[in-house]
Amino acid sequence: MSFDNAYESLLGGEDAHWAFGTGFSEALSGVNREFPAGVDREALAAYCLMLGDDALIFSQRLSEWCSRAPELEEDIALANIALDLLGQARMLLTRAGEVLGRDEDALAYLRDEREFRNVHLAEIDCGPGPGGDFAATIARLLVFSSWRLALFSRLRGSADPVLAAIAEKGLKELAYHRDHAAQWTVRLGDGTDESHRRMQAGLERVWPFVDELFATHAVEVTLTGVAVDPASLRSEVDGVLEAVLNAAGLTRPTDTRAARVAGMAGRDGVHTEAMGYLLAEMQHLHRSLPGAVW
Amino acid sequence: MADDLERRFERTVQSEARIEPRDWMPDGYRKTLIRQIAQHAHSEIIGMQPEGNWISRAPSLRRKAILLAKVQDEAGHGLYLYSATETLGADREDLTLKLIEGRQKYSSIFNYPTLTFADVGVIGWLVDGAAICNQVPLCRTSYGPYARAMIRICKEESFHQRQGYELLMTMMRGTQQQRDMVQDSVNRWWWPSLMMFGPPDAESTNTEQSMAWRIKRDTNDELRQKFVNMSMPQAEALGVTFPDPELRWNDERGEYDFGQPDWDEFWQVVKGGGVCNEQRIAHRRKAHEDGAWVREAAVAHAAKHARKEGAA
Ligand SMILES: [Fe+2]
Ligand SMILES: [Fe+2]
Repeated sequence: MSFDNAYESLLGGEDAHWAFGTGFSEALSGVNREFPAGVDREALAAYCLMLGDDALIFSQRLSEWCSRAPELEEDIALANIALDLLGQARMLLTRAGEVLGRDEDALAYLRDEREFRNVHLAEIDCGPGPGGDFAATIARLLVFSSWRLALFSRLRGSADPVLAAIAEKGLKELAYHRDHAAQWTVRLGDGTDESHRRMQAGLERVWPFVDELFATHAVEVTLTGVAVDPASLRSEVDGVLEAVLNAAGLTRPTDTRAARVAGMAGRDGVHTEAMGYLLAEMQHLHRSLPGAVW
Repeated sequence: MADDLERRFERTVQSEARIEPRDWMPDGYRKTLIRQIAQHAHSEIIGMQPEGNWISRAPSLRRKAILLAKVQDEAGHGLYLYSATETLGADREDLTLKLIEGRQKYSSIFNYPTLTFADVGVIGWLVDGAAICNQVPLCRTSYGPYARAMIRICKEESFHQRQGYELLMTMMRGTQQQRDMVQDSVNRWWWPSLMMFGPPDAESTNTEQSMAWRIKRDTNDELRQKFVNMSMPQAEALGVTFPDPELRWNDERGEYDFGQPDWDEFWQVVKGGGVCNEQRIAHRRKAHEDGAWVREAAVAHAAKHARKEGAA
């Protein structure tokens, strides 16, 4: 670029894809997007929404830290993680949309709370603010990324080539997220009395939402060979968490079970009270201007 | 001896060569630079807030990603610049305290509120645009680490500006409500953007010495004129107008004539009376104070680790 006229590039004709583009057409170019024979498409869409909503809603929560992190370096790191997850969400919602005939924005902005399929761990308020603090945020990130990394490493073998490609791409990102969270867990567990106390409290805050991560849903049963049964991930994830908590000198909380509502939870579209406010904020502008283009 | 050093410094600066951290430099040069770079760093960090205000509500996932990445870039700009001050012997923690205690300033533009999503585009176009006009000359400034930081920052600012302009172009192709939103936003940001170049030359202090040191390279009024000249064709292409009845092409001068911003409002905002001054500082202070235990823990852990390594 020229430094003499900051504006000269503005009117050039290269308006396509100079920004982030769609973010997935490039990332997944060359991937066969046809649906594999014999796959239940409705179930595939539901499954993509589950994994996509997990990423979208957790990304929304993480981005609340922007300009509020303890250090500039950490502000940048949390934004990176939020961006990775947003990218995963967009690819997954787009895949769901190929079945449902809706685009990523229609799915993100025009579904109501009962239609969102994310786990509760993604939506609860862990701070900044009264809902938690940096330790609770790290505790959630540790659990979420350890679980999702295990899930994506299995999902690489999915019979759906798009899901397999999304998993392949996401794997490196999630390994970084888990590593980042593990390092902070150790630092905070080991650092000062206050940080140890807060990190332990952070674990207690998120642990009731752990069981839900490993509960097999009917959709996952339907999609044998396409979806991953989360129950099969439990011992691997437990082992990872155990190792990190040991290194940090922290105690594994015993309270793992938040009761379901009439047997239902996030995967069934039954959420916590925090979810309505999160969606109200996220969706209001898009819904306020029907027909607008962004 | 001191005269020799001083002469060599003068020669280096006048020949447009770079002063590097280990070179001798006059005290006044060092102090002026620290103040200028720190204020610039503070502006990047405080500048995260007005646009950060819209991340959670961005109306499409693509715009959400672009906005989050942009605000993240600003944190990176703050980091490069604080690092440049550290090569002059300053300390990030100390400068942050000066910011949150109101002892150092940041760009006053960020004391204006972002009220609609169009503001995200207009800030990219006009505010990042004005920042680029101010900063491009600094890529040739005499202090090496500052000049190099500015080259990188200017490239990224230019990308922000294109993103902002593209958002506005898209909105102008949308509904009438969106077009009205863009025009309203331009009406609110035009004058504050012109104020970003600082008070008129006749009232500006420090300029002469900074020009001699090659820390500053153009006067406020020169840069302001340049910005107006560049912005007009952009506004026409976009289909918006600027709220200045005196704005018109002057054939004789070969430049645009334009009116003066309300300098009373400018000074009022600079002195703390803007809509968001208190909010911006309180936000920054809260993040810094809430994060204190985390930074302490990181230091304590590193120290324990170092002791263990030493013992082993
Ligand atoms: Fe910047
Ligand atoms: Fe910028």
